[in-house]
Amino acid sequence: MLAVSNLEVVYDDVVLVLRGVSLDVPDGQIVGLLGANGAGKTTLLRALSGLLDIHHGEITRGQVSLDGERIDHLGPQQIVDRGISQVLEGRRVFGEFTVEENLRVGAHTKPKDRAANLERVFDLFPRLLERRTQAAGYLSGGEQQMLAMGRALMSNPRYLLLDEPSLGLAPQLVGSIRDLITAINEQGTTVLLVEQNASMALSIADHGYVMETGRVVMDKPAEDLLADDDIREFYLGLGAEGSARSFRDVKHYRRRKRWLS
Amino acid sequence: MEEVLSTLVRGLGFGSLYAMLAVSFVIIYKSSRVISFAQPAMMLAGATLVSYLAGPVGFYLAVPLAALGIAALGLGIERATIRPMIGRPVFVIAIITLGLDIAIRVVVNVFIGRDVRQVGDPWGLSTVEVLGLTVQQRYIAMIVVLVVVVAALFSFFRYSRWGLAMRAASLDQETALVQGVSVGTAMAMSWAMAGGLAAVAGAFVGTGGGVDQSTWVIALKALPAIIIGGLDSIEGAVVGGLAVGVVESFVAAYQADVAPWLGQNFSLVSPYVLLLLVLLVRPYGLFGTREVERV
Repeated sequence: MLAVSNLEVVYDDVVLVLRGVSLDVPDGQIVGLLGANGAGKTTLLRALSGLLDIHHGEITRGQVSLDGERIDHLGPQQIVDRGISQVLEGRRVFGEFTVEENLRVGAHTKPKDRAANLERVFDLFPRLLERRTQAAGYLSGGEQQMLAMGRALMSNPRYLLLDEPSLGLAPQLVGSIRDLITAINEQGTTVLLVEQNASMALSIADHGYVMETGRVVMDKPAEDLLADDDIREFYLGLGAEGSARSFRDVKHYRRRKRWLS
Repeated sequence: MEEVLSTLVRGLGFGSLYAMLAVSFVIIYKSSRVISFAQPAMMLAGATLVSYLAGPVGFYLAVPLAALGIAALGLGIERATIRPMIGRPVFVIAIITLGLDIAIRVVVNVFIGRDVRQVGDPWGLSTVEVLGLTVQQRYIAMIVVLVVVVAALFSFFRYSRWGLAMRAASLDQETALVQGVSVGTAMAMSWAMAGGLAAVAGAFVGTGGGVDQSTWVIALKALPAIIIGGLDSIEGAVVGGLAVGVVESFVAAYQADVAPWLGQNFSLVSPYVLLLLVLLVRPYGLFGTREVERV
């Protein structure tokens, strides 16, 4: 189990971004992490994957542990080696590389399993097989997201950390990315899914966390979150009755006529 | 005709050396975004090491040994002076390399002494007939070495695990880190490779004439070569290096007859004239990455 307890992270010695975050990612599940911009979701992922250093961030309190062993002092390559792989926000494929070269870089820590993993990734994402020799920079947004996820899978991770995989994708593509995440999870990879698209995340997650300004404010099984009134209103855009709320009801002022009145 | 061809071979021979040096600059530039002004000193150190090793073990074994030795020096330099400066302005690192260049040269000069040291190469100035053309053997050796080195580098960067990792790290460090690539190791490897390359180039600079304290100046010819080729392109460095060599060789051969009003030794300036012309047409170099700008 990947666990974060009471984590406090400070950027540049002054900006306190996480204030005592605790979170558990049990094996085999999909855990959703929701929150608005600036809530600290990406920072939490950085703490998990050892990327705080290069962003001048520092863990000042609390710890990150994998199966009870602390990993918060490890560098990113050791963490990847232990089976935690992150897909960065915004896909970040190597644009000048071909699709296959991108995947081979992903296999850097597991050169022996490269062929097997390559086959598995091409099985999951047949589109990548079609575009194997093309420059990754010319792929569409959805294909780049698949490539980024495939590249992370090349290190054969136990835990896959996804940072906003639906970012900037058309609704139909969001659907297919969602199905792919489920498929990856069914193959035995635990997924921590960070999303702003709450309905997508909660529809596949087993458990959900909601973060606001550096704190976890809600921590419930996904069905309970989906049923929660506040979540429905603020994250899913649904009114208390389950119907979309009309702006006519919200408006509490009268339009003032300024012409010819 | 024969004179034109032998001028061309001479140009390609020296061009191969410039190309090797230029590639060593580019490898460092790609990994650290800094032009290492310590490369001339590395080249001189390599040539000097070969001149000491050639006696006991012979030239052919001395060159790879010296390349390894200077690669180790590059590794040490990266670890001791460049790694602590990561994240600082590139300008600061460039100035550090200038200081390193002077420091290494002072030490190496002690070993060179006041006279010219021979590198013990088997060619000297002797010639060979190729297809009716008389060319110096050392030029052929230089061209062959360049071809071998470039082919090896090309396949390393294209197919090997660490070559890919180094390219990835030069494109996007954070993403490379997330794939489990140690960016620090990738950088150290690039400094070691650049050191080794400079040493090989140095050994061949020493063929024919030998090495003395002012030999390092030759490495500066790599600067117009990398700028012509585009700072971040290995192909560009090879083409730029060969172009500089050929232009210099032709100007040296014909300028006295064609344009005597340019004065003596104009060939030394010619690479920079070529540089100016290329930059007027393609400001990012022949193969360099064009600055992508949204307007």
